[in-house]
Amino acid sequence: MTTETIPAPSKLHRKVKTTPRSQVARTVKYLLLIFFLLVVLIPAYVLVVTSFKSFTEALSPNRWALPTSLSIEGWTAAWTELSPALLRTLLIAAPAAVISSMLGAMNGFVLSRWRFPGANLVFTLMLFGMFIPYQAVMVPLLEFLPMTGLSRGVPQLLAVHVVYGIPICTLIFRNYYQTTVPIELIEAGRVDGAGLLRTFTSLILPLSLPGFVVTMIWQFTSVWNDYLFAVFLSSKDNGPVILGLANLAGSQIVPYPEVFAGALIVTAPTLLVYILLGRWFVGGLMAGAVKS
Amino acid sequence: MKRKMRSVRTWGPGLLLVSPSILLIGFFVYGLIGWSANISLTNQNSRFERAPGTAADAHIGLSNYTTLFGSPDFIQSLKHLGILAAVYIIGALFFGMLWALLLEKGVRAEGLFRTVYLFPMAVSMFASGVVWSWLLNSDTGAGASGLNQLFEMAGLGFLKNQWWVSSPTWGIAAIAMPAIWQLSGYIMALFLAGFRGIPGDLREAARIDGASEFQLYRHVLFPQLSPIALSALIILGHMSLKMFDIIMAISGEKNVYSSVPMVTMWTLTGQQDFARAAAVAIILLVLVAFLVVPYLFHTSRQERNS
Repeated sequence: MTTETIPAPSKLHRKVKTTPRSQVARTVKYLLLIFFLLVVLIPAYVLVVTSFKSFTEALSPNRWALPTSLSIEGWTAAWTELSPALLRTLLIAAPAAVISSMLGAMNGFVLSRWRFPGANLVFTLMLFGMFIPYQAVMVPLLEFLPMTGLSRGVPQLLAVHVVYGIPICTLIFRNYYQTTVPIELIEAGRVDGAGLLRTFTSLILPLSLPGFVVTMIWQFTSVWNDYLFAVFLSSKDNGPVILGLANLAGSQIVPYPEVFAGALIVTAPTLLVYILLGRWFVGGLMAGAVKS
Repeated sequence: MKRKMRSVRTWGPGLLLVSPSILLIGFFVYGLIGWSANISLTNQNSRFERAPGTAADAHIGLSNYTTLFGSPDFIQSLKHLGILAAVYIIGALFFGMLWALLLEKGVRAEGLFRTVYLFPMAVSMFASGVVWSWLLNSDTGAGASGLNQLFEMAGLGFLKNQWWVSSPTWGIAAIAMPAIWQLSGYIMALFLAGFRGIPGDLREAARIDGASEFQLYRHVLFPQLSPIALSALIILGHMSLKMFDIIMAISGEKNVYSSVPMVTMWTLTGQQDFARAAAVAIILLVLVAFLVVPYLFHTSRQERNS
């Protein structure tokens, strides 16, 4: 896997003969692309437009119209509700991203470049942990986690996200080292008498930045967006911001400007990561599927 | 392995470095799955359902499973999951492939299209469910809102429908829409990377041999993409259980139109019916394992051969 995940089209098939037929095909293609672009943006339009309506205007008959005047009452109400939970979410997502990535780098290195007998089996068994429905461990977690002394909310969620993040981070780093670290480099280090730890810290880690960017983004966004663990292992008052949003959306009469402003607040950090670090984000998405 | 067998001194430290993760995964994945399976065979049901005079941890065989499979509600929820997963997987594969085909030869502003098509993937499933619950408003009359109102305004009133409350069995298919919206871009990215990974001279060779565009795709390009299609299918399949987030946002729990085992499991947990919740979870695990285990064996064997 490289960070340049989707290469540009090769120049070979760029030269298109311009016959009338191919002109029509071209136009149809662009029309379709633009049509789908607009369709994909519909939910974004609804969220943004509705969030800036006043509570009364949101109930007026034409729900799709632009607001007649910009109102931020939805945004202030949502911010008051959600801001305390934002910090908690960061306290779960950021350390989980760092710790899982570190463990993933160590595992990925050993499983690709410092292998032990049975390394392949260990890798496959670890990978299975990425695919399980987490429901399958949830009931015992509810019983086990309190026994560890970790309290409900941030500590328990941090622990489970670190653990269940290990498989994907291991996979990403293993693929990464397999393609970027030549085995000869390790061999050369061995000849010079470098042990495992020295090889890892002075040879491998300096090369690992792109891998870390991919795993940290992946872990951060999936922890930030998690709802399942959140709803089982925490509540609105000690859990991540997604439960705050659930609370807003669950009221009897849904105040849409507030709920949609809330949805935008919850989405903003991951969306920002996607916009600023898009290609590494895609790198994480591809890791599970495209074998390099 | 050509090199001489390495000694424990060489590989031992490696194993040591991985051992914390092995222990964690061993316990939190395999250990807890076993624990779940064990709970599912016990009497840890809600106090009201427990037979008088029996201990909570008494083993009662498969009775939790037979209760579940004997319940029409649970069978209905499995049916729902099947319909939901099928519609969503086919939809995401269809749009993902279509977008990749539209983009693969390179178009102006490709980056823009790609970025927009893929952005829903960065949105949490729950937040997406929140906005889709507004879009899938079931009101079709004068007060219609959401997509129904949009259809009305666009002169497509005949498209108006009651979405997920239109039918107790098939309505759930509408809930696949948010998931298709979220994942089609991802599938597009996978296929696009696949198309771009095919060497250009393969196309040239086919063209020189006089292959039509259609033949080129049918016989040269698509076969090259089959490993990616398989991965896409596995990823979509196992993510269909994430539909829990969307359903909780759109309809909440205890809704007969949108019952799926994941929601049932949450409800049972809330009722302290841990044994039956665990049984549902194990059923979900078995469903996923049917899909994933052969795939993992397949890829690990492939890797050994390469």
